[in-house]
Amino acid sequence: MALEVMARAQAPIPLEASFRAAPGELLALVGHSGSGKTTLLRTIAGLWRPEAARVAVDGEVWLDTAAGVNLPPHRRHVGVVFQNYALFPHMTAAQNVIAAMDRGVRNARAEAERLLALVNLPGLADRKPAQLSGGQQQRVAVARALARRPQALLLDEPFSAVDRATRERLYDEIVALRAHLKMPVVLVTHDVNEAQLLADRMAVIEKGCVVREGSTAEVMADPDALRAMGIREIAAMLPAIIVEHGDDGLTRLDAAAGPLILPAVDGLPGTRVRVRIMAHDVILARSRPEGLSAQNILAGKVAGIVPGTGPGVIVHVRVGDEEILARITRRAADQLRLQPGDAVHAIVKSMSVARDHVAFAPVRSKAAQ
Amino acid sequence: MDWIALFLSLRLAGWTVAILLPVSVLAGRWLAYRQFRGKGLVEAVVMLPLVLPPTVFGFYLLLAFGRNSPIGAFWQVTFGHQLVFTFEGLLVASVIFNLSFAIQPAQRGFEAIPVEVREAASCSGMSPMRSLWRVELPLAWPGVLTAMVLTFAHTLGEFGIILMMGGSIPGETKTIAIAIYDRVQGFDMAGAGIMSATLVAISLFTIAATYMLSARVGRRLS
Repeated sequence: MALEVMARAQAPIPLEASFRAAPGELLALVGHSGSGKTTLLRTIAGLWRPEAARVAVDGEVWLDTAAGVNLPPHRRHVGVVFQNYALFPHMTAAQNVIAAMDRGVRNARAEAERLLALVNLPGLADRKPAQLSGGQQQRVAVARALARRPQALLLDEPFSAVDRATRERLYDEIVALRAHLKMPVVLVTHDVNEAQLLADRMAVIEKGCVVREGSTAEVMADPDALRAMGIREIAAMLPAIIVEHGDDGLTRLDAAAGPLILPAVDGLPGTRVRVRIMAHDVILARSRPEGLSAQNILAGKVAGIVPGTGPGVIVHVRVGDEEILARITRRAADQLRLQPGDAVHAIVKSMSVARDHVAFAPVRSKAAQ
Repeated sequence: MDWIALFLSLRLAGWTVAILLPVSVLAGRWLAYRQFRGKGLVEAVVMLPLVLPPTVFGFYLLLAFGRNSPIGAFWQVTFGHQLVFTFEGLLVASVIFNLSFAIQPAQRGFEAIPVEVREAASCSGMSPMRSLWRVELPLAWPGVLTAMVLTFAHTLGEFGIILMMGGSIPGETKTIAIAIYDRVQGFDMAGAGIMSATLVAISLFTIAATYMLSARVGRRLS
């Protein structure tokens, strides 16, 4: 019951990729522009046919060049959110959503309003796209894609056309929306932060090839996988709960390893969030340092040391049940004589955590799946 | 006032529009979306009637439709009369001569639809036919409308081709433009004046109505 994709082509860009996404799973295809990730998405949707390819969903074959099967896009139950949304400009938001429904759907209008409410856009059903902001248009595009009752949901850089503040809100909405989605979701993005915030699994695409596929945590800790995207992107996600918002603009959170002080995080006390901690922002100390400006000192144990090809190493530090990553020089690791099992303190500057590096945690827990 | 000639012209223009409407939509859409070798040549052929003198065009049509030509002979055998000097002959000539007016504006209309919007229609489960009706035509409509109005007005005003195709049989091939010419030749300046003014009024009304209609469509879209 998963989406399986295999594609090979010489032109217009070389492709040699295969990946799969399980139901309910969000797979991010991450790569630079021109890496072929959008071409892969278009292959799934039926908007592009590589020389050799196979696309199957729930065991239903959409494309199999070897067997001569190639369903046109309108015969594939696929929902696509285009980069610029591509809403039908002459239709209202509700009409856009209804246009994507099968003709047999009863109470189409009520269903459209339900979907628009699901994407947090109530009350604007009768507006034309031109009367909606970028963020609102994106929500209509998501509702339209869902109206198709898709077996696979495809998102092509869906956050790139809105401003940063809107994007942060939309991230949280997508996280919340996913509790309602049972189909595999494929997100194409060049933004590693976005992928880490939203994806369960990642496939890094470089020159049309999948250079690394795995769980988001694995891929984001792998220097080899991230070489193409920039080694400075290596980061871990730390789950935490908002405790209180201080008067000085800082928010106190509770993480497994202890309290965390961050610049104002949106959300009421009690909200579960995930905080992206960049590996290069983490300092390690053998003993608990004192007289330090950094607000966050997390006690943990070295779980592993992964050397890269450069002067740096990635140190995996176990804090409580979670893991954070520290990217330090090989020289520093040698001087501290770090070994797996050693007790260390990980120091994180509050101000190093950017606002858009915090996302709501999925409502659905792993155990509930 | 030569009502028969005026009615004939309106009938010719009406039929030309009726035949060219589907041609306009299908050919305009095809040329707008498809890239193929020789597309430039096809577009040049479509544009040809726009630059050729109507007499040149009419001359070739006369050759092509004459009794000794394959087309003319076929017509003679099938329908029992020849193609030139008949309304049908005029209509065929008018359809061919208006291809550029009918296709070009429609093509521009379809070209203005963003590719992603068409792809979105397809990914929303619309078959090509449904996409045409629900998405493409509502967006390309002003172009198609312009094409039809130009075709209609242009047919009303056509003179050279009709003259070449033997346009002097009342009720059959004598259109209003020819009738005006005849009146002037016969020094009936008053008659020619009334008919000319009528033609101006009809053409002006048609075009003004279209502009107002497409302005309203434009407002609806934005």
